[in-house]
Amino acid sequence: MAALSIRALSKRYANLEVLKGIDLDIESGEFTVLVGPSGCGKSTLLNIVAGLDHASAGTVEIGGRVVNDVPPKDRDIAMVFQSYALYPSMTVRQNITFGMECRGVAKAEQEKALANVARLLQIEPLLGRKPSQLSGGQRQRVAMGRALVRDPLLFLFDEPLSNLDAKLRVEMRMEIKRLHQRIGATIIYVTHDQIEAMTMATRIAVMHRGVVQQFADPDTVYRYPANLFVARFMGSPPMNTVPARLEADAGGPVVVIGAGRPDEVRLRLRGYDAAAPYVGREVVFGIRPECIAEGERVFSGEAPIIVNAPVEMVEPTGAETIVLLRLGGEPAQARISPDVRPAPGEVAPFALDTRRICLFDPETERLIA
Amino acid sequence: MIRRLPEILTIWVPLLLSAAHLIAFTLWTIWISFTPSTLVPVTGWVGLRNYSSVAASRNWQIAFDNLLLFGSAFVLLSLATGLILAILLDQRIRGENVLRSIFLYPLAVSFVVTGTVWSWLLNPGLGIQKLVHDLGWTSFRFDWLIDRDMAIWTIVIAAIWQSSGFAMALFLAGLRSVDADLIKAAQIDGAGPVRMYRRVILPTLWPITITVIVIQLQFAISTFDLVRALTNGGPGIATQLPALVVYDLMFQRSLLGRGAAAAVLMLLILLAVLLPYAAWRYLQRRRAIHA
Amino acid sequence: MRDRSFASSRILIYLIVSLVAAAWLAPLAVVVLNSLRTNEEIAQGSMIGWPQHLAWSNYAAAWSGFCVAETCAGIRPYMLNSALVTIPATIFSTLLGAVAGYAISLWRFRGDSWIYGIVTLGIFLPQQMRLLPWTIVLRDTGLMNTLTGLVLIHTIQGLSFTVLFCRNYYVAIPQELIRAARIDGAGFFRIFWRIILPLSPPILVVTVIWQFTHIWNEFLYGVTFTTGQQQPVTAALIALSAAVADIPQHGVQSAAVMIAALPTLLIYLIGGKYFVRGLTAGAVK
Repeated sequence: MAALSIRALSKRYANLEVLKGIDLDIESGEFTVLVGPSGCGKSTLLNIVAGLDHASAGTVEIGGRVVNDVPPKDRDIAMVFQSYALYPSMTVRQNITFGMECRGVAKAEQEKALANVARLLQIEPLLGRKPSQLSGGQRQRVAMGRALVRDPLLFLFDEPLSNLDAKLRVEMRMEIKRLHQRIGATIIYVTHDQIEAMTMATRIAVMHRGVVQQFADPDTVYRYPANLFVARFMGSPPMNTVPARLEADAGGPVVVIGAGRPDEVRLRLRGYDAAAPYVGREVVFGIRPECIAEGERVFSGEAPIIVNAPVEMVEPTGAETIVLLRLGGEPAQARISPDVRPAPGEVAPFALDTRRICLFDPETERLIA
Repeated sequence: MIRRLPEILTIWVPLLLSAAHLIAFTLWTIWISFTPSTLVPVTGWVGLRNYSSVAASRNWQIAFDNLLLFGSAFVLLSLATGLILAILLDQRIRGENVLRSIFLYPLAVSFVVTGTVWSWLLNPGLGIQKLVHDLGWTSFRFDWLIDRDMAIWTIVIAAIWQSSGFAMALFLAGLRSVDADLIKAAQIDGAGPVRMYRRVILPTLWPITITVIVIQLQFAISTFDLVRALTNGGPGIATQLPALVVYDLMFQRSLLGRGAAAAVLMLLILLAVLLPYAAWRYLQRRRAIHA
Repeated sequence: MRDRSFASSRILIYLIVSLVAAAWLAPLAVVVLNSLRTNEEIAQGSMIGWPQHLAWSNYAAAWSGFCVAETCAGIRPYMLNSALVTIPATIFSTLLGAVAGYAISLWRFRGDSWIYGIVTLGIFLPQQMRLLPWTIVLRDTGLMNTLTGLVLIHTIQGLSFTVLFCRNYYVAIPQELIRAARIDGAGFFRIFWRIILPLSPPILVVTVIWQFTHIWNEFLYGVTFTTGQQQPVTAALIALSAAVADIPQHGVQSAAVMIAALPTLLIYLIGGKYFVRGLTAGAVK
């Protein structure tokens, strides 16, 4: 059964259309991440699912029931907020039990549920404290405790980690993922951080300008981005996208970057049959930085294509080195081994993995192959 | 509907009463000002006759001239006093809290009380002049309270004493909110204390200055209690102010139409101050958004 | 050299502020001292002087002895009137302002910013524009010359300030708190009682002090809508100075003035910080 179905949902504020006909089906037990830049409509969508905002058109179904006119408290959902939204005047215990108190749950039952959640999140020692006496990570845990104690059909997370420092964010990321694996809850998680999306999601919905650009599992989103926006948004550094021309010779299709220049790059494609109609036309050539490596690299046993390219800048990060280079005159980033240190200005050999490139239509910006 | 009754009673009834009475009462007073009402409100239309007779009356003319003099003198002097006090208090001096409380306490007291007290102090037969005479300087004169030409200045004195503290409080808040890095940068540039205030700190205060001017003007325009207690418009009608004229016409001479016309004139004077201010605030806000 | 000029400028600063402070305190000192001098002593000298012996009887006379018009009960009944107007009007306007400010800032509804804009206009609109309509309304409802009438007026007009104060305070509360509570199943009033009100003491103190001071010190409505025994103490003081103009009793009058000023002065002494906050909050609207 679908835990959440969104049909033709749109939202307009005065002249501004923030959501344009969203359709999403989320299965029970899935961890769905809505990701996109700020202003893409992801938080509005979450608020509409929660019942905190109203849709201009379309329907929201939770657990098979249309909830458009159901108030938030009756939707069988729980929500974790970016600012945690812990009630400042209540203790941790009261924060967690407030919802049950509102629903008139018996005291004994409240205590039992509270004890369960406190044990699960290891916040027993904090129950008597006020939110102001908690650290950022502890507040985050309490906010999750408040959601968990409801045992709802659907958990909604609204950028819950963005107020934490980098180290804590990684810890909490793992903790949330572990929690999901343990209790098998259905989670919808909003973030602008594509790494959170990649690491936690079972499925990612990439949003931009009020439209779901792609809704698929993380590997698919990364490997086959539906369009240029997704290609450039997911991954850090993002996918290189450079204008190119698709040609063909006896051996099949060939991508030409910087055609006619002395440093023109020609890459033969194998297994890109879908690109056949584009032969003789302009395309956008996409390649992940990790598919451009130092010249010695061997990609899965195959002889790589070697390209000599001028190096513009080198950014060592320790684990790897990012190189800004020119590919047929176009800027591109490569992710190379830290043992190799090409100097800026030098022309160095680079190995390209051509099995994992993407071609996009320059007009529609959609993935061709 | 029944379930929402508490909400309706506690939000809508008070809010609507408040909003509706402000609009309706204003329109009502404006309407009365066009009727020939005297002792009781009556219907009828006399056009601008009430306005012309108010404007032609000596009472109103004196009140209006007094307002111009009192308003400008009071606003300028209280602004200057408040700014100087604020700068002095900003010098990290000891007892700042006590001093601030002293300069502000008159605001917590009724104008009736302070007006009465000042009427004693300024009364030549009772107050300062009498004291100096008793001390032996018998030619000393400080009798503005009974001097037709100078009496308005007694109101200026009392008003400055009462509300300079307000200007001081706002200026002090402004001085304290000047970016500390700005001051450090000016120090590194070698600015001395005088240059620091003139070139760096005071220029940041002008939005506050405008706010203070507008609020003090608004106070000056509606001044009533203070004059009532201090001079009651006298000697004669030398210290009449618009608010006293309104009250006099409405409740002592029972000329409701004219009283309403005088009240509307007061409102127009106030709008002449507030509308440019509102426009300025609007522009400021728009600029802040676009910046 | 530098140190000496620094030291002398410090001395100058202290000298100036002390002189100004003395001038600011002088009127208060004069009234306090006069309230302890006999009428005869004042009549012989000036209003400014040190009491020869402390005439505490002035306070007794001012409180319950001397005559205003035909009644000889001191200012006690008028103080009581002021209290009976000020206390309920302060409580009503503060509570209603808090609920309305909460609804406007955190609950939002259609037209909320319009209503808010109109209500706060009341801060600027001169009272004179409302005098005649209030007169007519009070007369037609039979509330003319009653304390209830004054409570009604001050409650409604006070809303302009209390709504402004509370709304500006509540807008700083994150919307997410309300959303979380709504998902938890709390309604409008439960959220107000359990979440908003516990956060409100700072602003409620400001509002209460502001309202109390303003209503207690108010004169125009008191003198217009009440007469004789129904008047608040500000109006009675004016009547008193008129009544005793022939035979001045400055000692007793000073004591009466002190008594009338005492409630707001005491509140200022205790909660001055909050009073100033209200003063500046109204200014930076």
